[in-house]
Amino acid sequence: MISSCPNLGVGLGLRVPHYRHILEKKPVCDWFEIISENFMVDGGRPLAVLDQILEQYRVVQHGVSMYLGNADPLNREHLKKLKRLVKRTNTPWLSDHLCWGSVNGQCSHDLLPMAYTMSVAKHTAQKIRQAQDFLEVPICVENVSSYAEFKQNEMTEWEFLSEVVERADCGILLDVNNIYVSSQNHGFDPFEYLRAVPHHRVGQIHIAGHTRYDDIILDTHDHPVPDPVWALYAEAIQHCGHVSTLLEWDDRIPSFDEVHAEALKANQFIHDHDLVPA
Amino acid sequence: MTSCPPKLQALADLRELQRTMATALMSPLTRDESLRASFKTSAQAFIKPRAKLNSFDRLEIYARQYWFRLLDCLYDDYPGLRALLGEQRFHHLSRAYLAAHPSESWTLRNLGRHLEAFVRDHPKLTGAKHRIAIDTARFEWAQVLAFDEAALKPLHIDDLLGSDPATLTLKLQPHVSLLALDHAVDDWFVAVRNTTEGSRGETSNARLESRAPAKSKRVPLPKRQKLWLVVHRSDTDTYFKRLDREAWLLLHSLSEGKPLLTAIEIALADASPDRDWSAQVCEWFQSWSALGWFAR
Repeated sequence: MISSCPNLGVGLGLRVPHYRHILEKKPVCDWFEIISENFMVDGGRPLAVLDQILEQYRVVQHGVSMYLGNADPLNREHLKKLKRLVKRTNTPWLSDHLCWGSVNGQCSHDLLPMAYTMSVAKHTAQKIRQAQDFLEVPICVENVSSYAEFKQNEMTEWEFLSEVVERADCGILLDVNNIYVSSQNHGFDPFEYLRAVPHHRVGQIHIAGHTRYDDIILDTHDHPVPDPVWALYAEAIQHCGHVSTLLEWDDRIPSFDEVHAEALKANQFIHDHDLVPA
Repeated sequence: MTSCPPKLQALADLRELQRTMATALMSPLTRDESLRASFKTSAQAFIKPRAKLNSFDRLEIYARQYWFRLLDCLYDDYPGLRALLGEQRFHHLSRAYLAAHPSESWTLRNLGRHLEAFVRDHPKLTGAKHRIAIDTARFEWAQVLAFDEAALKPLHIDDLLGSDPATLTLKLQPHVSLLALDHAVDDWFVAVRNTTEGSRGETSNARLESRAPAKSKRVPLPKRQKLWLVVHRSDTDTYFKRLDREAWLLLHSLSEGKPLLTAIEIALADASPDRDWSAQVCEWFQSWSALGWFAR
């Protein structure tokens, strides 16, 4: 799996407020991650911008609505549009979330938590295999932040994630911010999670900030990466080696340079662990 | 209310669990933006309580995220309708609309596709501004289409040479919308856009509270006026262009698949005989062709 996900270095999520800066200044950036759904359109500015970005940069697709954990089957029309975009971007791999989000054709537009049971793991893995076969590109599934756990759960989240990716023979997009957020919301040790996942399957790492309220932490992507998340990142690269790393910043977005500088802090952790930077 | 299986042994059990949770989070929030208390028992059946938050509180986080995300989307996509109705009435309309039309698409871009019909069918929600609200909702949905609908290979006027107008049919670009309106919402929309101080902007992955509305200065209501409008895209920018009634009728007939000759006859049925329509039609076609409105 790792061989399918080359190390691209430290990248940024491509966001609208930065379009002009990127297109005019052409700043050095190892790679950009795009939200697939923003470009699964038939024309107009989104595709025009994307084509200009593709002329200069390596782009990896990240999706938010494949809903691999839905009880319902995969949406074939969605997959066809996604495949058209895959051909356009030549993405080396594609990621989406280990979550569900729609039922009976009604869509929540959220990343809803999975029920951690063996039957659900088998069902989800089968859908990932179907998607991977159709899209003809490696898939990495991302662990989501969650604010609720089901009473029906039969295993931990990391056991479930491991079960799914081994059965699906797919990669992991390890979001260390999400691990931290969920660990605080549900009371588990995030380092135990990190130690337990199959490290050889981690093809990409996400880092991000969050918002702490009195009784819950929300995955808001509107702050710099806090120290506890950097600590998890340092631990993650100890286990997984130097894999492609991406900073997500989706709300209250500062300047491109500020976001990029935050992302490049990752290189310090890579140096500190005697790993070769990108 | 749906029941929730205590164990997930089959796919049907997972579907029931997901249906139960989706039913709760897609149900309208209370006036103070809380999950309805009637879901307390339901939440206890499938969500673990822990520390400071019980099962209901945890389900409520997802319900709020669902509603605030979708309300934000309408807020950003319909600045004109929002300015017309005012923040409170627009919020009320949006909640009612989403309760009647939950998202049925994987993309939020399609969220407002039933809004014009909904506004038309619910005059009490828009009050005295009902007719203007219908026009505004139509106009703003047309802009959504113009933004990212397909641009097919354009047909140039030279490609039509030698064609028989009695049988020739022409297709309009998918990003082109023809609107017959009763109010000058185009000028009004520009005025609103120029005075609005900001939108809610980027949508976060998570949100616990609804955001404060953007402030806008009051703009006089659009004049009552018959308007023949095209909303379209040129390069990557969205535009709207007023047409003569006859020009609009001609394009509209073509968009319905009528042959060119028939379309011209319909367009000019009530036209003034004092004008050189032959030259006018030629001029229109040159202009429309240059704008790339016709597709192969």
